[in-house]
Amino acid sequence: MTSAELTADAARRPFTGRRVQWGDLILQVVAGGAALGVTVLVGLIIWKVVEGARLSIQTYGLGFIFRVAWNPVLGHELYGAGSFIFGTAVTSFFALLLAAPISMGIALYLTELAPAVIRGPVTALVETLAAIPSVVLGLWGILVLGPALRTTIQPWLHDGLGFIPLFGPPSSSGASIFTAIIILAIMILPIVSSISRELFLGVPSELKEGAYGLGVTRWEVVRGVMFPYASGGIAAALILGLGRALGEAIAVTQVIGGGVFIHWNLFSGGDTLASKIAASYQGSTTKLQTASLIYLGLILLVFSLIVNLLAQWIVRRSARKHGIVRGGHA
Amino acid sequence: MSTQEVTGHGLRVDGLGRRKAVNRLMESLAWVAALIAIAILGVVVFSVARRGLPALNLDLLTKDPIPFSLTNQPQGLANAFVGTIVIVSLATLMALPVGILVAIYLNEFAPAPIRNGVTMILDILNGVPAIVIGIFVFGLFVVGHGQSGWAGAFALACLMLPLVSRSTMEILALVPNSLREASLGLGVARWRTTLSIVLPQSVGGILTGTVLAIARVAGETAPLLFVSSFVGTKTSWNPLHALQSVPVAIFELSESPDPADHARAWAAAFVLLMFILLASLGARWLATRNRRKMMGR
Amino acid sequence: MEGAEEMSTTIEPTVRVETRRQPMPPRERLEQIFDIQHLDAIYGGKPAVKDVTMEVYKHLVTAIIGPSGCGKSTFIRCLNRMNDLIPSFTQTGTIRYHGTDICRSDIDAVAVRRNIGMVFQRPNPFPKSIHDNVAWGMKVLGIKDNVNERIERALTQAALWDEVKDRLKASALSLSGGQQQRLCIARAIAVEPDVVLMDEPASALDPIATQAIEELMHNLKSEYTFVIVTHNMQQAARVADMTAFFSISHGGEGQRWGELVEYDATEKIFTAPSDKRTEDYVTGRFG
Repeated sequence: MTSAELTADAARRPFTGRRVQWGDLILQVVAGGAALGVTVLVGLIIWKVVEGARLSIQTYGLGFIFRVAWNPVLGHELYGAGSFIFGTAVTSFFALLLAAPISMGIALYLTELAPAVIRGPVTALVETLAAIPSVVLGLWGILVLGPALRTTIQPWLHDGLGFIPLFGPPSSSGASIFTAIIILAIMILPIVSSISRELFLGVPSELKEGAYGLGVTRWEVVRGVMFPYASGGIAAALILGLGRALGEAIAVTQVIGGGVFIHWNLFSGGDTLASKIAASYQGSTTKLQTASLIYLGLILLVFSLIVNLLAQWIVRRSARKHGIVRGGHA
Repeated sequence: MSTQEVTGHGLRVDGLGRRKAVNRLMESLAWVAALIAIAILGVVVFSVARRGLPALNLDLLTKDPIPFSLTNQPQGLANAFVGTIVIVSLATLMALPVGILVAIYLNEFAPAPIRNGVTMILDILNGVPAIVIGIFVFGLFVVGHGQSGWAGAFALACLMLPLVSRSTMEILALVPNSLREASLGLGVARWRTTLSIVLPQSVGGILTGTVLAIARVAGETAPLLFVSSFVGTKTSWNPLHALQSVPVAIFELSESPDPADHARAWAAAFVLLMFILLASLGARWLATRNRRKMMGR
Repeated sequence: MEGAEEMSTTIEPTVRVETRRQPMPPRERLEQIFDIQHLDAIYGGKPAVKDVTMEVYKHLVTAIIGPSGCGKSTFIRCLNRMNDLIPSFTQTGTIRYHGTDICRSDIDAVAVRRNIGMVFQRPNPFPKSIHDNVAWGMKVLGIKDNVNERIERALTQAALWDEVKDRLKASALSLSGGQQQRLCIARAIAVEPDVVLMDEPASALDPIATQAIEELMHNLKSEYTFVIVTHNMQQAARVADMTAFFSISHGGEGQRWGELVEYDATEKIFTAPSDKRTEDYVTGRFG
């Protein structure tokens, strides 16, 4: 790094007052201390979460992960994460499934199709979607979207496709896994589309011209050249979107309805790891229940770390492949 | 189609009709996708405005909530607005200096392996779900001591830190090395160069990053849920006790069955949303102005 | 004798090159493939090329030469509607291809490019395998029969087959610059266009690779028609049957644009040009 070379150079310079060297030392120590502090912070987070969950880990061990139960009744307490891992998986998976094609479409529209004048404003609007706080989106979800879905889409899907177990009897209140999936998709949308947009902008124009020169249509260029070129980055974008969905507690808990079971009906209630924690924390009565909730948090933390590291790895690998160095973006 | 009329002469067709139809379909779908995103944004903002504006009055901002009120006494969410101001301000005071220092260390002093490692750690911190941060701060500060505004501020600061650090690092990297070299060449020490030359150049970008981070955490609920939520109804500026905050207030009101509570929730949501949107737009405007300034140099 | 020097009507050929070019058939037997009339090419309101009128003939190599900035690339990109990709571009005039004006807005550029292919200045192979680079175009355009034979034929015609036949699955990016360019040529001819446009195809290549490409044009002339932009006069003299010389004209307010100055058999352009500007350029007096 040039700055380090500059330092070495400065050190070789003939006369510098002693006071000045102290200044350098102090700044480096303080700033380095801050960096160290951040590292310690992350370690502290992991430690505190493990410590908070310790009672539950000792009681249930790894079986906690698979047990489908959540019974806080005194004397019959039994806790397990199975139902919530399932809920997290289902909501995240379907939200991503819903959001991914729409995000790709938005990114393509903004890079290839939109007239130049509206590109800027539309991009800004899509990014504004990301700025909506989750509690506001959840408020809208439980008071507007949920009831609307309950009276329109849910019965329609149930009537038409009710033989698929996903589309069982509609919920009574509008709060359902289905509503949560839509809300999560709305949250994932701006993340995946803005990263994809940058990826598509980064496809070299010579490559596109080479394809157009053969006499193929725009969609064929997108499918045959742009997508393959950007594929690594798109994978990372999807994973980052997944991470967003995994960790969302507030909006999900507002709209998902609650429930401790594993079934396929998207129109009933349920819970995810994050939403269960948000829902039950304040009413937690026993130490074991609290510890179990924190155990849920620990599982969530592990999932998030895996997702985060996976995304970072993909970004590094595709940057190497394309010979560019891009700062990773969360 | 015009291509067909010249078949046999020059322009061959080769199933072009079908391919063009597929192309047109895909282009329409892309256009529809963009429309969907804008429509969602429009619907949400419109909903919030439509339900929030009627309930938005001075009382909301100045009066305290009255729990279980059976009469229509004027009440509001003053404690939440004040609490948010206090908590977010304290969080910024905590996160900003640390974030800038980390960025300075990584960009100006750290050897490459340390820089990569700490950057990775910052990314990890960024990826920790807000609710887990809440659990962490709960275990760190609340257990045994009770909730407090300070703990809430600390939780938000943990969320702000990676954002401030990353944007500061990007800005510092944009400051041309020639500037540093000029200063060092004059015999000015490293620390002075950094603080008097490099930092002032970066102020614009740091400001932008900070505003964006504030906009992000002002709306965060999860970290405060277990850390600063058991609150009384009186407005308080004292962070030693738990303070109410706007997002938590909205959350609680949204779970209530009382429509009057819902109305207040919409109003508060409107204020919060407007604040965040204005802050984001402001940051974007600042960033564009900064970019122009940097290019002009 | 006094006063008997200048006013030379024959110019010493200063451009002497080895050429395998056969003498051209007489004009009457040449088949016209492009008929360009009064073409103006304009970027964002500023003309790049003005009033080009010329004919391009089938199964010949036609070279476009001229100093930098004279609009050669812009002109050639008009021939396959490649400039459509640039938002601020407009053009007037007609380009008749086999009698049909391809500049009309109701003619689909995709169809035009299907028939008129292009090889670019810098090699731009797709980030796919060598095999897939050549196969992709055929797959998309619906050429399904004998794909592997076609690939081999295209690579052979591009003088690349022997070098890559054992590693067709390797990434195209692992090839050298000259090989990549020949791969791009193979890619273009695999879909059997009518015309192949080449925009300074060898400018980024070493002399040996350049020679390979010139050989290629010579060998494939009987199947395709080539139009090549080159800043290298010797190259034009080596490979082209017809040569068009473009030059820069100046106008009021510092405006510059390119114009077709002279278009004739290569032999004539380089030995007995009619226009003084052409003579100045080919004898190296400027440009």
